[in-house]
Amino acid sequence: MNPWIRICALDDIPRLGARVATLGGEAIAVFRTEDNAVFALHDRCPHKGGPLSQGIVHGRSVTCPLHGWRIGLDNGRAEAPDEGAASCLAVKVEGGDVYLRAAAAACTA
Amino acid sequence: MDMSELPQGKKPRLILVGNGMAGVRTLEELLKLDGSLYDITVFGSEPHPNYNRILLSPVLAGEQTLEEIVLNTREWYAENGITLHTGKTVVSIDRAARQVVADDGTAAGYDRLILATGSCPYIPPLPGTDLPGVLAYRDIADTQAMIEAARQYQNAVVIGGGLLGLEAANGLSLRGMDVTVVHLNAWLMERQLDPAAAALLQQSLQAKGLKFRLGAQTAQLLPGENGRVAAVKFKDGSTLSADLVVFAVGIRPNTELAEAAKLHCHRGIVVTDTLQTVTDPRIYAVGECVSHRGVAYGLVAPLFEQGRVLANHLARHGIARYEGSVTSTKLKVTGIDLFSAGHFLGGEGCEEILLSDPIGGVYKKLVIKDDQLAGAVLYGDTKDGAWYFRLLREGRSVRDIRDHLMFGEDHLGDLGHRGETRAAAMQDGDEVCGCNGVCKGAIVKAIKDKGLFTLEEVRKHTKASSSCGSCTGLVEQILAFTLGGDYSEAPKVKALCGCTEHTHLDVRAAIRDRKLLSIPEVMRQLEWRTPNGCATCRPALNYYLISTWPGEAQDDPQSRYINERAHANIQKDGSYSVIPRMWGGQTTPAELKRIALVAEKYHVPTVKVTGGQRIDLLGVKKQDLPGIWADLDMPSGHAYGKALRTVKTCVGSEWCRFGTQDSTRMGIDLEKALWKMWAPHKVKLAVSGCPRNCAEVAIKDVGVLGVDSGWEIYVAGNGGIKTEVAQFLVKVKDAAEVLEYSGAFLQLYREEGIYLERTVHYVARVGMDYVQARVLTDAEGRRALYARLQFALQQEKDPWLERARDGVQQHEFATITL
Ligand code: SRM
Ligand SMILES: Cc1cc2nc3c(=O)[nH]c(=O)nc-3n(C[C@H](O)[C@H](O)[C@H](O)COP(=O)(O)OP(=O)(O)OC[C@H]3O[C@@H](n4cnc5c(N)ncnc54)[C@H](O)[C@@H]3O)c2cc1C
Ligand code: SF4
Ligand code: FES
Repeated sequence: MNPWIRICALDDIPRLGARVATLGGEAIAVFRTEDNAVFALHDRCPHKGGPLSQGIVHGRSVTCPLHGWRIGLDNGRAEAPDEGAASCLAVKVEGGDVYLRAAAAACTA
Repeated sequence: MDMSELPQGKKPRLILVGNGMAGVRTLEELLKLDGSLYDITVFGSEPHPNYNRILLSPVLAGEQTLEEIVLNTREWYAENGITLHTGKTVVSIDRAARQVVADDGTAAGYDRLILATGSCPYIPPLPGTDLPGVLAYRDIADTQAMIEAARQYQNAVVIGGGLLGLEAANGLSLRGMDVTVVHLNAWLMERQLDPAAAALLQQSLQAKGLKFRLGAQTAQLLPGENGRVAAVKFKDGSTLSADLVVFAVGIRPNTELAEAAKLHCHRGIVVTDTLQTVTDPRIYAVGECVSHRGVAYGLVAPLFEQGRVLANHLARHGIARYEGSVTSTKLKVTGIDLFSAGHFLGGEGCEEILLSDPIGGVYKKLVIKDDQLAGAVLYGDTKDGAWYFRLLREGRSVRDIRDHLMFGEDHLGDLGHRGETRAAAMQDGDEVCGCNGVCKGAIVKAIKDKGLFTLEEVRKHTKASSSCGSCTGLVEQILAFTLGGDYSEAPKVKALCGCTEHTHLDVRAAIRDRKLLSIPEVMRQLEWRTPNGCATCRPALNYYLISTWPGEAQDDPQSRYINERAHANIQKDGSYSVIPRMWGGQTTPAELKRIALVAEKYHVPTVKVTGGQRIDLLGVKKQDLPGIWADLDMPSGHAYGKALRTVKTCVGSEWCRFGTQDSTRMGIDLEKALWKMWAPHKVKLAVSGCPRNCAEVAIKDVGVLGVDSGWEIYVAGNGGIKTEVAQFLVKVKDAAEVLEYSGAFLQLYREEGIYLERTVHYVARVGMDYVQARVLTDAEGRRALYARLQFALQQEKDPWLERARDGVQQHEFATITL
């Protein structure tokens, strides 16, 4: 199993916002919700590849900046009637720092 | 509700009597708000689950099947935990014991009761109405009986030449019967049509094979040898053979059960604005059985609106009110286009605009009262029905568009869809929504398969009309056309978004009156349904806060759309574009050199001159933005914002041989005075030096036109989705006045506009008279508006400079490399 990699401090990510981390040339969007939960998705919208990191975060979702699809942060899935999913990565917060596990993890939900 | 009476942990019981369109719609709305509040039980007399009654006509005409018109399947009831009793008529309500009993003895207790018993067809008390072969037209059973009769018999008489009667007659005729419509009045559909339109309708129906007896009073129905009805006899003694007689002379609210329970009824079960009966606070009523402010409605649109309000109260949100509806009518006879709404007959104090082309089969009549559209009848060409209906319901002043009114919405300029707005004429494969690539066929299918009734629902299920909105009218037409009859148009007062019940204007007022200063505070005080809103409400709230309380409310970057957060325009590939400000479209060799150097240094793939007289650097990486801004050393052009964009100018008197005024200077002064101004939507200005108008002032939010004696100011023009010509506001003498009047107008818009409403729509909503009163007549008010604008602008900084020089919001631009 891949090791956990430190991304940044929790406070480096704005509340209800996101940061972009690149790993092996791939962009990963790391989101922080109002209640400090952290999620990571590949930064590609299932619709036309829009950068999800640039969207508005609300509740447990992000609205894609390009055409407004709503994507669930915890499972990467598009809300109906849209279909598709962005892949999720495992993240955790420990001691005020955010860690990511490199391999794409199976989505929980 | 007083929960203390309930055993602990048990949900209150909600019973619905009447498994029809209004009642079940109410349950759907309630489930949307909160599915866990009640134990729900439904009683319905008919043996079917809820179906779309208005589509019985296409079923009778053989255009649709019964299976296709079911709205809620039995599985739907099961999935939502609803106990369904079909084929059971509730015969009594014991209000003391809070229990209802059905005809088969089934009893059930309630804590809340909804009566949605619909109406009963009215059958006049004439001899012979009880004969076999005599029917009304109300439900599936009636429809099946008619279809059955059409197989065996030849002659049908439909009594009643209204909407329902004509649809029945048309269906029977299509099924091969010889049909005569008998009508008491001298012309058809007198409650929806004037004599001229009715004559055209009658002609078309006659061409389809229907026969008519107008002004005829039925005296009696006569039996034949087999005991079945055989003829209709009239007051004048004449007779007409008939093996089938269908009554469609009117409906009466079905209040039998309510009256037996001693609930106050007067032309319907009397309810308040919250749909509660006036007699028993535990009992509500909704739909055709109701009398609200003395009116009983017989079309689905108002009933659905009632359902929405009732659901709001049952879900204990307790803020919605039903205040009555304006209705419109369409006849669902394929091949006949007819629309009518409002006070179409005119009368005292009304003016009429008429267009009549009997040969082309087109007739239109618009009734205007006090500068508002009061009624409309359209025959033969109904494509503007939805638009007229909207004008009617919104009570918008039509004074300024009067000359064009008759020619329809297209005529006001609609580049997107001119000439092809006839939903009916479109092929299934024709594209309706150009933004999301949705074709007519897909919309029609979604409406039929998923039982959609409203524009919002179509948007949600198909995405059509959910982006730029220019196809909204077309989608509304497809809805009207597919549902045939009336459908429920978007409610008159729209909630800001799904997170709240409140409208934009309510929220604006609350922010002002209660001095709310942050988004969480607004959401708390106004009881938002979601923890932190959504991508629709948050940007609106942020704008309302900073425009109402400049310098006090905190601007929240996380509630701004990415363009305004990154201060650049996001592109389809995730890169950004940079458009620096070029005051009044005028530049210098030094600026051009810097732009060129930046483009080379950062490998900017495309450099383009925009339609707004400046230069666009496209395809910039986000992390390069602060560097580019620093090197450019030019202010932000706000090309990404709901803000002042460009002030377009022409060369003017400095160089031009026709120039009467220095339009370039005026434009630069305006741009320097107004830049950094956030607004409900983007704002564009232009200044031309003479009436040749090379800067196109007529399609700008504020257009300034130089004339020999001064400046003319025009407002509320628009050159985008829907081109609209600006309206003359005032003529002034000098540049200082141009600044004051333009600034005051824009501040008024900033303070009162709805988020994403351009000036053209704002002025259409409040009326030019109002704008004139605030900006012209009230000189002191004008100066105060302009002063408030200047105060607000003083709080704003150049966002590029802040980020390039002071490192503001650095995290927005820096990527983390792992
Ligand atoms: C760059 C430019 C096209 C060009 O290459 O010339 C442009 C580009 C865009 N326009 Fe425009 N518009 C541009 C001039 C116009 C004009 C002409 C003008 O301003 O003189 C119009 C018609 C005038 C008007 O607005 O009334 C125009 C009417 C629109 C509309 C329709 C607005 C409406 O109310 O009907 C939209 C959609 C919107 O804003 O919701 C839009 C939206 C857009 C967006 C922002 C679409 C988007 O959300 O990404 C495009 C951004 C591309 C980008 O990233 O740069 N653009 N757009 C022009 C920028 C001018 C500038 O220097 O700032
Ligand atoms: C043929 C036809 C075409 C129409 N076309 C249009 C149109 O184009 N546009 C439009 O807007 N409207 C149209 N209408 C009218 C529209 O269908 C009604 O306005 C709407 O259905 C009324 O809804 P409701 O829930 O109040 O009543 P209903 O839909 O009639 O539902 C009432 C239900 O309650 C049941 N019920 C009554 N009493 C009891 C009881 N004691 N116990 C149990 N159940 C009971 C009834 O059997 C019925 O099923 C049309 C109607 C008909 C018949
Ligand atoms: S620049 Fe304007 S007209 Fe051109 S594609 Fe974009 S939004 Fe449409
Ligand atoms: S790319 Fe995300 S909504 Fe289109």
